[in-house]
Amino acid sequence: MPKSIFTKENLCWVILSAILFGVLTLLMQVGIINSYYKITLFNICINIMLAVSLNLVIGICGQFSLGHAGFMCIGAYSAGVITKMIPNYGGLLLGILAGFAISAVAALIVSVPTLRLKGDYLAIATLGFAEIIRILVQNMTITNGAAGLSGIPALTTWPILILGVVIAIVVCSNVMRSAPGRACLAIQDDEIAAEAMGINTTKYKVLAFVIGALIASLAGALFACSFYVIKPSQFTFNRSIDILVMVVFGGMGSMTSSVLAAIAIGLLNTILQNFTDLRMIIYGLALVIMMIFKPNGLLGKRELSFKKILAKREAGKEAS
Amino acid sequence: MSQFLQQVINGLSLGSIYALIALGYTMVYGIIKLINFAHGDVYMVGAYTAFICTAWLGFGFFPALIASMVVCGLLGVLIERLAYKPLRKAPRITALITAIGVSYVLEYTMQYFMGSEVRTYPNVLPKTIYQLGPVSITTHQIYIFAITIVLMVALQFIISKTRMGRAMRAVSVDEQAAELMGINVDTTISFTFLLGSALAGAAGILVGIYYNTINPLMGLTPGLKAFVAAVFGGIGSIPGAVIGGLFIGIAETMVVAYGSSLYRDAIVYAILIVVLIVKPTGLLGKNQREKV
Repeated sequence: MPKSIFTKENLCWVILSAILFGVLTLLMQVGIINSYYKITLFNICINIMLAVSLNLVIGICGQFSLGHAGFMCIGAYSAGVITKMIPNYGGLLLGILAGFAISAVAALIVSVPTLRLKGDYLAIATLGFAEIIRILVQNMTITNGAAGLSGIPALTTWPILILGVVIAIVVCSNVMRSAPGRACLAIQDDEIAAEAMGINTTKYKVLAFVIGALIASLAGALFACSFYVIKPSQFTFNRSIDILVMVVFGGMGSMTSSVLAAIAIGLLNTILQNFTDLRMIIYGLALVIMMIFKPNGLLGKRELSFKKILAKREAGKEAS
Repeated sequence: MSQFLQQVINGLSLGSIYALIALGYTMVYGIIKLINFAHGDVYMVGAYTAFICTAWLGFGFFPALIASMVVCGLLGVLIERLAYKPLRKAPRITALITAIGVSYVLEYTMQYFMGSEVRTYPNVLPKTIYQLGPVSITTHQIYIFAITIVLMVALQFIISKTRMGRAMRAVSVDEQAAELMGINVDTTISFTFLLGSALAGAAGILVGIYYNTINPLMGLTPGLKAFVAAVFGGIGSIPGAVIGGLFIGIAETMVVAYGSSLYRDAIVYAILIVVLIVKPTGLLGKNQREKV
């Protein structure tokens, strides 16, 4: 019998998202979150999407990808080009779907041959691939070269953005709990053992990689329609590293911690906005120190789980 | 034809610089199986050291070369001791993330102190152009070739003839066995970083006189290209790194000369992906059976 989706646990999640959405919307209406902080908020939301999707690839499946910015770039440009032609929500949807199609094909092209490679080779191959995407975008006429696209209609409204964030989180955390997700976790633990147990490692690695790429592409599309302008220089290696920093800080393998890390780093970025160099030095040092003393991230693999909280309360009631 | 030969000369001089950087990658990878992402930035530090020595302190070319090699060598040892040594037993991804962190620290510390602007290198070497039949060659290129060859011969000598070189080879084959034979593994690994980083320092000053400009983020792209060169030649193999470096240099120059300079970086990554698909162990790499 299929499990009902109307469980107490899911209800709690819906309520939590609704409260967060309501509070933030209210703050925006009242003007406490002014247009300046709104940019931060939008950036944080997009980073959350990127971080959870990269976490799916790195933390769950153990495949070290440094090319996430490439897929974001595909999504951003697909949406940018199409919404400039069709400046309405149909265009945005079409742009997102086009981004999905291109990223899926690109992810398949890059992953099928390269996912045979181990850890660090894979990292460099994905990095190289993302750079190739960026260089192509920089040299095409439809994308307007290095100058980038400007005047993209601002179709990403706050509700659409939050919808994207929820979709990204739901997809990633549910993939983690599905049968393919379990297979990916096994691959991450020990690839050879997983293979010996009959798991088709290539298939699941490609699957995780493609899902990650699709969500990154969605994030890119929403990014393009939030900020009017996109340029190839926004999707460099540094962007991939930024996303990686969030995943690593929070803890590889935990969606909750990726979300929290994306929020924390987003706030930190705004505070340290005028000290770019110092900020980067701090990030670099923090990465090194983190890896030496706490390689599992600040939160490790812990997740915020209403299932556990509810179970605890039940147990508490029974005891009293 | 003469244009082609000319491009080969240009490609070889660029390739020599890549080869010098690639040697550091390949040596470090050979000994501790780490892609030292910060290696490209060590080379950047070399370029800046030489810039400070020549432009501000008034050194000549050779003293500046020695200074930047020494500074980079020590920097390499420092990085290894502080950042990589505690992680020697950690998973490779952990070490790779650390290396990325080190790279950030180097880049932006340099940017913090020296500013992000592009700096112009002083003319420490006379630039004369010699005509050799159909092709011309500049003094800068001759210096690059000569220094690269001297350093490579020296490296080959150190690795094959000295005690330390033998220790390096032993550690790269089997660290534990080497330790049991009385080799000080820590010193050997530090020495490998010293050599590799000193070569990167030399590459830094050479690129400074070749391109005339330097900036704090210059290390990233040549670093990656040198890594591709090391992979192409077979990572862990010293002659492989040299061949790979020269090949990448020529390929890049040819794309600029006959194709479009916009694709000069793309070709290198394309080569990487093709190599990884066709022969992941590289040209001279050995096949290794996977162990459980």
